[in-house]
Amino acid sequence: MSVDTATVAKIAALARIKLSAGEVEAMVPELNGILAWVEQLGEVDVTGVEPMTAVIPNTLRLRDDVIDADPLTGGGIRDKVLANAPAAEHGFFGVPKVIE
Amino acid sequence: MTDLTDLGVAAIRDGIAAGTFTAVEVAEAFNANVAAAQEALNAFIVATPDKAIEAATAIDARRVKGEPLGKMGGVPIGMKDLFATTGVQTTAASHMLEGFVPQYESTVSQKLWDAGAGMLGKLNLDQFAMGSSNETSYFGNVISPWKRNDGGNAALAPGGSSGGSSAAIAARLCPAATGTDTGGSIRQPAAFTGITGIKPTYGRCSRWGVVAFASSLDQAGPMARDVTDCAIMLEAMAGFDPKDSTSLDLPVPEWAAGLNADLSGKRVGIPREYRMDGMDADVAKSWDDGIAWLTDAGATIVDISLPHTKYALPAYYIIAPAEASSNLARYDGVRYGLRDLPEGSGLQDMYAATRAAGFGAEVKRRILIGTYVLSAGFYDAYYTQAQKVRALIARDFAEAFEQCDVILAPTAPSAAFALGDNTEDPLKMYLNDVFAVPASLAGLPAMSVPAGLNREGLPLGLQIIGRAFDEQGVLNAGLAIENRAGFTARPAKWW
Repeated sequence: MSVDTATVAKIAALARIKLSAGEVEAMVPELNGILAWVEQLGEVDVTGVEPMTAVIPNTLRLRDDVIDADPLTGGGIRDKVLANAPAAEHGFFGVPKVIE
Repeated sequence: MTDLTDLGVAAIRDGIAAGTFTAVEVAEAFNANVAAAQEALNAFIVATPDKAIEAATAIDARRVKGEPLGKMGGVPIGMKDLFATTGVQTTAASHMLEGFVPQYESTVSQKLWDAGAGMLGKLNLDQFAMGSSNETSYFGNVISPWKRNDGGNAALAPGGSSGGSSAAIAARLCPAATGTDTGGSIRQPAAFTGITGIKPTYGRCSRWGVVAFASSLDQAGPMARDVTDCAIMLEAMAGFDPKDSTSLDLPVPEWAAGLNADLSGKRVGIPREYRMDGMDADVAKSWDDGIAWLTDAGATIVDISLPHTKYALPAYYIIAPAEASSNLARYDGVRYGLRDLPEGSGLQDMYAATRAAGFGAEVKRRILIGTYVLSAGFYDAYYTQAQKVRALIARDFAEAFEQCDVILAPTAPSAAFALGDNTEDPLKMYLNDVFAVPASLAGLPAMSVPAGLNREGLPLGLQIIGRAFDEQGVLNAGLAIENRAGFTARPAKWW
């Protein structure tokens, strides 16, 4: 499988990365080179093989269902959460108008 | 008097505890080296000399009071700028996070401070840890302190992504540093600069507070000048963390105390698929040297097969970009990091403009690949197939470890290359991690130790891969090599 300019433009739109027409052009051969190379995986007989889901077998834990079980990931730290926001306003994350 | 910056972790810690010198003297000596090398090597994104002095002062005060100083008591270290550090800019070497000042501390860095370490600064790296030469950093290339012996003056790559860490340790700007390894990012830079580094079993070190690249592969580890120092520092970094869902809930072994270079009764596997056509003659020779050293240490050498080796790299370049495209979706210009809001534009335009401005070329390339392989209609052909191949690669290792206890291989296919040599063709750069990636995909502990110099006078590393959870076996084999390689070479100071 290979990509053309229309496909690269579509992927970039899905990934929310603005690319100029020139950047899309330049990306086509780069992505095709990588995709052609990874296609050798198709040679591998994977009959009966389950895709890996956990690299080291582990069980997912449940934490205690209490407020602020860990103070570092608990609540009540609004100002810290907003400290690096590019446009915090009135205690909220500010965004440009989203209603057309 | 001894130059304090020639000392490693154990020597510094023990010297401070014994009162031979103070922690402040050590911090001042390293701070001076950091400042003097910054312009030439660019190993640090931000130096934090005051933090180093502050931590050292606290250690000296504890010693006066007779309090325990910790496993890393008084040792100043470099922190890869992928670990969130409270109040100190954390960038992942990306414009996207320039000016980001975390309000919390990563688990690994907090553990190191709790063990008595201090911070010399935040180390440069490949942007979002994506690269093998440190040429993708927004904050400029890191220059290796090593030079070829050909009389030329070519600037060499320190490896990547932990290239600031490797360059800083090799140049004596710090005795040890944190690294992270997604597909070789601790081991390959360690090999390129003649130092030692270990990636532990996936899950040993918490990922909490580490800027995410590919979550099923990312693993932190120590980089230092010898095996003992790595063992000490890994003890300080590792341990269960409920804030990381894949953290291993296991006690942390006393790896340093358990070090034993006698390999009697141990079997060392030599994977035949790693001996590739056209292998660099010096790399092949260093591998043979390693086999002889481990035999001398009492080990039995076993020929093993890892049949899916050639598919590891292509599988990695589907899986890692797929995870990266998901992880990096968080950079939206809303909650933290860069915002680029073109005049009169809406939310969607802001996302696209922000991510265009904030991410470097390699990061964009990987996000696009990842988005493509996860997109409707292609997911099974690429991503599911890669995860099946990954399962086969892990199975190869499991079967090999029925015949051997550790595996010996080169760390990288060549010594350090010159900056710019591999930047034209992304595939050529990716191939640098051909020997490192399989252990990453299988989550296994793996380390690189210096083996010697090639004909150009540049370091070569040997890689030891162990069973899951058997860092001790890896460290022991590493120590057996270290004891016999007698690697004392260091770059001549030009910076």
